[in-house]
Amino acid sequence: MAHNNLNLKLKVWRQKNANTTGAFVKYDVNDISDEMSFLEMLDVLNEKLIVTGEEPIAFDHDCREGICGMCSLYIDGKPHGPWEANTTCQLHMRAFKDGDTITIEPWRSNAFPIVKDLTVDRGAFDRIIQAGGYVSVNTGNAVDGNSLPINKDNADASFAAAMCIGCGACVAACKNSSAMLFLSAKVSHLALLPQGEPERKSRVLNMVAQMDKEGFGSCTNTGACEAACPKEISIANIARLNKEYLRAGLTAE
Amino acid sequence: MTFKQMFTSSVGKKLIMGFTGIFLVLFLVVHAGLNACIWAMDGGVMFNRAGHFMGSNVVPRILEVGLFFFIFLHIIQGYMLTLQNRSKRAVGYAVNYSKGSKWYSRSMAILGTILLMFFVIHWKHFWVPSRITGVEEIKLPNGVEVHNLYAVMQETFQNIWVVVFYVVSCISLAYHLAHGFQSAFKTIGVHNKRYHAMISCIGYGFAIIIPLAFAMMPISFYLHWVN
Repeated sequence: MAHNNLNLKLKVWRQKNANTTGAFVKYDVNDISDEMSFLEMLDVLNEKLIVTGEEPIAFDHDCREGICGMCSLYIDGKPHGPWEANTTCQLHMRAFKDGDTITIEPWRSNAFPIVKDLTVDRGAFDRIIQAGGYVSVNTGNAVDGNSLPINKDNADASFAAAMCIGCGACVAACKNSSAMLFLSAKVSHLALLPQGEPERKSRVLNMVAQMDKEGFGSCTNTGACEAACPKEISIANIARLNKEYLRAGLTAE
Repeated sequence: MTFKQMFTSSVGKKLIMGFTGIFLVLFLVVHAGLNACIWAMDGGVMFNRAGHFMGSNVVPRILEVGLFFFIFLHIIQGYMLTLQNRSKRAVGYAVNYSKGSKWYSRSMAILGTILLMFFVIHWKHFWVPSRITGVEEIKLPNGVEVHNLYAVMQETFQNIWVVVFYVVSCISLAYHLAHGFQSAFKTIGVHNKRYHAMISCIGYGFAIIIPLAFAMMPISFYLHWVN
């Protein structure tokens, strides 16, 4: 395969901390291999900035394998960049053309305050999980997995929902900053399994209450979240969340 | 959990939008069906009789109270949700994400505002004269005296600008329904793939047929297709 080097212009959001106002800063990056990942391209830029005595650009990353949910970045008007069903760490520079100007912004939502530059605090998602995204199991020996039969369709749908890596692209893409695709994946994942049944009602009510406390918006079913999701979580999960909520709310004591 | 807590959460507010939206969809069927009587080609006898029934029978009058309640609940809740949702992103993006969703799905508040302006003018044209200020009476073949709303329609739709405004409003209604119909069912919890495909199909059909029927009414009078 042909190997190309790219010269690019970057417009990167720089912000010292949560209490300061940020602004776009322009950078030129040259001789970028199109086989590099997007984050490696930023690494190259940061190395250059360090050498020249400038503060490197802060951005989140961890596994760089597309499975941990740490990377973010709103690239040219789309969470995780131009490719479909892809995380920023798995976005490669062959997605761009020589001479392109790339605009890089952080996730924008009041519920995800900026920590520095392109890094935002996604602790709100952790607190939503803490409110009910678990099953309570007493300690002791694990039971035989085969003792609990599970319908294959439900197991598959549950697994598809459990694919959510909690990166926050759904919130970033939504015009309402709604976290309902994330929440619906977490609720559906457990609502479809017998292990989730004992806490089924309290889970959805508590998680929705925590989501509202965190300051996310309401879903208007535009579908932007589903289109931006790197793990292709279906918007049908939001309809399931609504059903779970209605059922739990109407039958609660 | 109280009902107040349930219907004031982010999901609960949407449930109100969904349920009131479905009620309004049902109302549109009744309204379009009754108005279709103008095409009976009988000089408005059937239309005026239908209008008299709706105005004099107790069941539609009770439903009318519910209609006004639900329509204002839908409007007020819609504006409240739009304002609340907009406030959740204090700093916007330099490049907006528009590829993942349809423009009309993102513009429900604007489409709804056009419809609200339409309602005010529509009520002034027909509801206020019929219920408050009075309409010229006409005697039906069976001897019953009724409001001649057919004549009011004939007169109103001689003005080209009124006709244009009604048609533009019907286009807004079509796009509002194209998103709203299927979204309402998702909101009240229909997630089954089979039903969802069916509802999407019916929703798009409904969003074309009902606004088209409404738009043809002023056009029919303006072009003298009905007399």
